[in-house]
Amino acid sequence: MNLLEFTEKGIYCEKADLYIDPWQPVEKAIVTHGHSDHARWGTKNYLCQKDSKEILKHRLGADISLQTLDYRQKININGVNFTLFPAGHIVGSAQILAESNGERWVVSGDYKLEQDPLTPTFEPVPCDVFVTESTFGLPVYSWKNPEDVYHEINQWWQENRKEGLVSILTGYTLGKAQRLLHALDTSIGPVYLHGAIYNINQILINQHLPLYDAPKVTSDHKKEDFKGAMILAPPSAVGSPWIKKFIPYSIGTASGWMSLRGTRRRRSVDRGFVLSDHADWKGLNKAIKATGAQKIIITHGYRDVFCRWLNECGYDARVEDTLFEGELSEIGESTVEKQEV
Amino acid sequence: MKDFAALITKLDQTTKTLKKLAALKEFFAVASDSDKVWTLALLTGKRPKRTVRTSLLREWSAEAGNIPQWLFEESYYVVGDLGETMSLLHPNQETRENKTLDHWIRQITGLQDHSDAEKKIIIMEAWNQMNQTERFVFNKLIAGSFRIGVSQKLIVRALAQFAEVEENILAHRLMGNWNPAVISYHDLVYDTNQEDDNSRPYPFYLAYALEKEVGELGSPEEWQAERKWDGIRGQLIIRGGKLYVWSRGEELVTDKFPEYEILTALLPDGTVIDGEILPYKEGKPLSFNVLQTRIGRKNVSQKILNDAPVILMAYDLLEFDGKDIRETPLRKRRNLLEKLVAKVNETSQILRLSETVAYQNWDQLAQEREESRKHLSEGIMLKHKDSTYKVGRKKGDWWKWKVDPLTVDAVMIYAMRGHGRRANLYTDYTFAVWKGEELIPFTKAYSGLSDQEIRKVDNFVKRNTIDRFGPVRSVVPTHVFEIAFEGIAYSSRHKSGIALRFPRINRWRHDKKIEEANTLEDLHQLLKVYHAVES
Repeated sequence: MNLLEFTEKGIYCEKADLYIDPWQPVEKAIVTHGHSDHARWGTKNYLCQKDSKEILKHRLGADISLQTLDYRQKININGVNFTLFPAGHIVGSAQILAESNGERWVVSGDYKLEQDPLTPTFEPVPCDVFVTESTFGLPVYSWKNPEDVYHEINQWWQENRKEGLVSILTGYTLGKAQRLLHALDTSIGPVYLHGAIYNINQILINQHLPLYDAPKVTSDHKKEDFKGAMILAPPSAVGSPWIKKFIPYSIGTASGWMSLRGTRRRRSVDRGFVLSDHADWKGLNKAIKATGAQKIIITHGYRDVFCRWLNECGYDARVEDTLFEGELSEIGESTVEKQEV
Repeated sequence: MKDFAALITKLDQTTKTLKKLAALKEFFAVASDSDKVWTLALLTGKRPKRTVRTSLLREWSAEAGNIPQWLFEESYYVVGDLGETMSLLHPNQETRENKTLDHWIRQITGLQDHSDAEKKIIIMEAWNQMNQTERFVFNKLIAGSFRIGVSQKLIVRALAQFAEVEENILAHRLMGNWNPAVISYHDLVYDTNQEDDNSRPYPFYLAYALEKEVGELGSPEEWQAERKWDGIRGQLIIRGGKLYVWSRGEELVTDKFPEYEILTALLPDGTVIDGEILPYKEGKPLSFNVLQTRIGRKNVSQKILNDAPVILMAYDLLEFDGKDIRETPLRKRRNLLEKLVAKVNETSQILRLSETVAYQNWDQLAQEREESRKHLSEGIMLKHKDSTYKVGRKKGDWWKWKVDPLTVDAVMIYAMRGHGRRANLYTDYTFAVWKGEELIPFTKAYSGLSDQEIRKVDNFVKRNTIDRFGPVRSVVPTHVFEIAFEGIAYSSRHKSGIALRFPRINRWRHDKKIEEANTLEDLHQLLKVYHAVES
């Protein structure tokens, strides 16, 4: 029996009798982060990083049974040691180290290597088996310096403002939206948030994240209020009636998928900004190397391709089926995130 | 090159015509004259000759990106565009180099005199000197597939405003056989060079599909009706004792149709005829498939001339006695055309008049339209008798009134990833009909579904794959689609024995099970009904 097994319900540790990011309701689960393909409804007892606590309560119910750990704080469950380490993906995102009898497994959830002012940077954890995503596991995905992308976004906003247009920028409600908000040059004009993003923001501001407390769009607002403003909205707002009140507007999307011309055009937004909370090709390779692991398990993304590549690089890599989706819903291709708006 | 790459990025970033127009004008204002000429050439569909095999480019790109060839191919499947894939795989570096577009195109055309090993050095060095957008543009230039979302009309308008030349005149000047490697910007735009005028075609007047009831067009006697022939729209020019034939795609195809040479002697100098290059034998048209066998052939052999003979079905007269008569009303142009054709017909049948369809009222014409397939025509063309010959696609005076398409219900059995805007999605499908217990593939189709439907099919494909062959997946036969098409012909090249004209997806038949799809027998029945001639 391996320390961790991939079962119908999720990643299972038999010895500790708990799951990691299960996609079906179970007794006990450790959750890597608050995105809805990792933190799902219905489990009896949750364990997560302390910064994810309020988010999980907000999304899964205020009355859920929830225990938290800080990064690097160890907990022993039935002889298995679990420790959380920063994954750099979004606020509260954690890699989970499971140790037993000298064997070390790390389940990394989703991660990125770039610095993000809202969450501690990804920390490589030495291990024997590394469980990884491969959302952008193709060499065509190569991120630009985020500072350059922020600059592009602010420039775009300024141009729109000059032309009397509202700027609408879409990104995940949790994570991307805050990263974008933090990067906006608020001297350009007012910023308004879609209600779903506003709610998450309030939670994060309460836990002292350095976030600008932007107002939400309400029905009391008049059309003139939005002139030249920046509106942050979830991806599902594209094409919804909600967005009509901002006409005339220019709309942009910030996502790793925007690196490809085809995806940009298909998404039919005016501008695509290449910004991701996942690792690009180089990042994935670098992260894997840094763990020193020989065994790699790939859970989602371009799995088959990435697996073959790793095996050719000398790793013992394999693919396991999961229901994780990576960044899919940011271009409207997910089946999970929709309930949010 | 940075200016040109920036222009392409700007054109790519917006769907708004005004912004595109502004970007083009801005570019014209800063670009050198030679770069302006190349840009006009590229954006109107003229490209440098391909001087490197793409299979070599793929190898070099994989090498530059330090990845195995199979990983290159996987990346290409996902990106869906070769030039873009290669531009993304090259390690990124910011460079200060900024050579002109003219420089790079000459570099590319110059490659043909080099060995493969030398080509490799030159191209690798070029990639090193560019950033990703420049590499993308450069790769599109080498691989010869330059499609940017900007219409010829828009380019002409931008240039007309920039150069202060009238739009119609400029449209005419930009057509034809000019060579961007030798012509100067001044000669091209201000037309100071009279030498190359003879070959120059007029822009085609294109009709929109009739979108209202035919009765709303007014009185039937004001309209001329003709059959809409299914060949290649062409323009035949006799000037300076020479013949020039242009296809609608603005390609000079004189050499492909040597049959027309005789017209140099039979038509007066200074004649330009708009018509249809139509496969035709023993007094009737042949199916478009027949013509397809000779398009794209380098040499037109005697066998091809025998198997796929063509005529020119004359629609309109644009130039008469050396004078541009496009502003003359159709009824007068038609009169002149009829006389010209009659004169030719005393000696040769290579030129034929597209006969008008006689009708007293719209109901009668509707009847005639129903007969279209029997004439191997696609429907009816309606032209106002007072209409001038306009430039490009215009509404109002000319309408095409096509017959309703034929349809068949078919099962999706293969899916392939799309390209460009649809890259990384399964958008190109192969459909099958029943032959006993077996599903026989008979056509591919990719247009017709909404983006939302495409995403649903894509999702289905990814979850129901039986097998993969490169970019193609075979899927569990589950879904039935209604396929519409304009014509059907025998084909020895296909397992099903048939070939469809303009197949596309009409709708997704959620209400049908795969057992309810049509059979191959049904398709062969259709063939018999529409008498397509065997090639």
